[in-house]
Amino acid sequence: MADKKFNPLPGFGLTMGYTLFYLSALVLIPIAALFLKTFQLSWHDFWRVVTHPQAIAAYKLTFGASLIAALLNAFFGTLLAWVLVRYEFWGKRFVDALVDFPFALPTAVAGLTISSLFVANGWLGRYLVPMGIQIAYTRVAIIIALTFVGLPFVVRTLQPVLANLEGEIEEAAATLGASRLRTFFSILAPTLFPTVLTGFALAFARAVGEYGSVVFVSTNMPYKTQIAPYLIVVRLDEFDYHAATAIAVVLLIISFLILALINYLEGWASRFHN
Amino acid sequence: MSIEVKNVSKAFGNVAAVNKVNFSVKEGELMALLGPSGGGKTTVLRMIAGLEMPTEGDIFIRGVRVNDISVQKRNIGFVFQNYALFKTMNVFKNIAFGLKIKKWKRADIAGRVEELLKLLGLEGLEKRYPHQLSGGQRQRVAIARALASKPSVLLLDEPFGAVDAKIRQELREWLVHLHKDLNVTTLFVTHDQEEAMEVSDRIVIFSKGNLEQIGAPREVYEQPANEFVARFIGVMNVLEVEVQNGVGRVAELEFPVPTHPDGKKMLIGFRPYAVQISTDLAQYRYRAVLVRTYFLGIMLRLELELPSGLVLRSRITKEEYALLGLSDGREISLQIRQYRVLSSEASGLPPELHTTYELPPTIGEHI
Repeated sequence: MADKKFNPLPGFGLTMGYTLFYLSALVLIPIAALFLKTFQLSWHDFWRVVTHPQAIAAYKLTFGASLIAALLNAFFGTLLAWVLVRYEFWGKRFVDALVDFPFALPTAVAGLTISSLFVANGWLGRYLVPMGIQIAYTRVAIIIALTFVGLPFVVRTLQPVLANLEGEIEEAAATLGASRLRTFFSILAPTLFPTVLTGFALAFARAVGEYGSVVFVSTNMPYKTQIAPYLIVVRLDEFDYHAATAIAVVLLIISFLILALINYLEGWASRFHN
Repeated sequence: MSIEVKNVSKAFGNVAAVNKVNFSVKEGELMALLGPSGGGKTTVLRMIAGLEMPTEGDIFIRGVRVNDISVQKRNIGFVFQNYALFKTMNVFKNIAFGLKIKKWKRADIAGRVEELLKLLGLEGLEKRYPHQLSGGQRQRVAIARALASKPSVLLLDEPFGAVDAKIRQELREWLVHLHKDLNVTTLFVTHDQEEAMEVSDRIVIFSKGNLEQIGAPREVYEQPANEFVARFIGVMNVLEVEVQNGVGRVAELEFPVPTHPDGKKMLIGFRPYAVQISTDLAQYRYRAVLVRTYFLGIMLRLELELPSGLVLRSRITKEEYALLGLSDGREISLQIRQYRVLSSEASGLPPELHTTYELPPTIGEHI
């Protein structure tokens, strides 16, 4: 006992134990099961399943649409957070509450709503379709759905950081002759960038995993509008469990690599912090 | 004149923060804006910088009215209380920021930044980020950044408020030296009267948005314009007296004030050093008991209680204290060598009555 290090914050053993148990039960064990199931396939079969042109098309659509949706959210989410933190206006609390809406709404409902808006006799579709703009059941609709479900992430991660920005920093820039625009791009943007990246990563991860809303806004046509999570369900329906897990594993690995890259970027962008 | 503030007022909503203030700062002067917090001094500084707009009145910098000139175009250097350094930029880029905006040439920027790093003792730190610097270093980077494009005036808001006492002392001396080297007109805000006294050529004293007095440190110390200044600058004994036959009286004390009418109530003030004491009970007119001694380093402050219960503060050196063989509880005699009528409470006193009354020194030492 004598060589046990004194720690003014007791409870490390207990909390760490719970943390490991919790993570194992919820995350590690299911993932391990996923990998184990997949490993029952031979390497050859695995490769055949995951490189099937239909699967490749599905990955491309999933990651492409998620990337576009996350980029849209990074831009407009930043704008929204900025407006919510910086300005006082009538109905601000209501707008703020709306941001959480995509968290609460069942995504299937969101999907149904979006498609019913854009179909030929929908509220928006009745004007857009005659102009030749077909959105319902296309890839554009998928992007809209993914943008919707990812909306809160950038806004909610950015809000506290924006609120904590010292006004003096901007005043200091002004006394040195910087215009508002210059101050935004030279001072504020680099400060906010790591946080925007975090929000972007969260929105992206959310979009990659999204299923419920996309099923309803897309025709789920193989090679065209079929996302990878849908393909997994298709394989399950075919009782091809191994193929389903194999695609899931690929999805998981690509997501992991992309998130690791974003994480690295965040570290680089916030090198000026401790 | 480098800075002129003419009849400037500032109201935030219904709250008057600054009230018809007039003062000017000479070219090359080091001036302090002093007052308790909420006195309006920072608001005045921010109006000069262009970070706040005056509700009325005019501000001139080097003879040009700047009311309608934006903060970006005023060519002032401003140092914020919490430094406000750009966290995403290293020291070099922080200092160079203003120069880049003014489109200096690359080589000129490098030269100027190097010059400033040297001047402020920051050599070797140009690649560090603000979070890698100590409080004092951050302060100096902020000053370097403000000085970079050779501003016509340097404005500092509580420059030493955020550093600890020891560093603050060093920074004060350093600011005086820097000012001497650069000779740039400098105006700084402080709530610390000692700091203002020690550092500045002249002091502007504010209270509740009003300008109370302007003067050299010695002037405001020795000839405070009113009760507020008297109490705010240094320690002062302030007593309310009533005049009878040209003498102001309170308890057993009498202060000759020849020109004042009978029955008038007014405030008399005197510094601790004006209270002379002796262990010879017959030497001076009043008797008192030394009730408590405060050690202030080389000087000691004494609390003296008169028989009526009135307590006065006196100040003597350690040597005198030892020489007199004083200790708490000892009975002494005292006199008040010098006192002033403080005008603020006694309304409508003509200015010629702000005189200091002196008693002829009796035997010996001045304190």
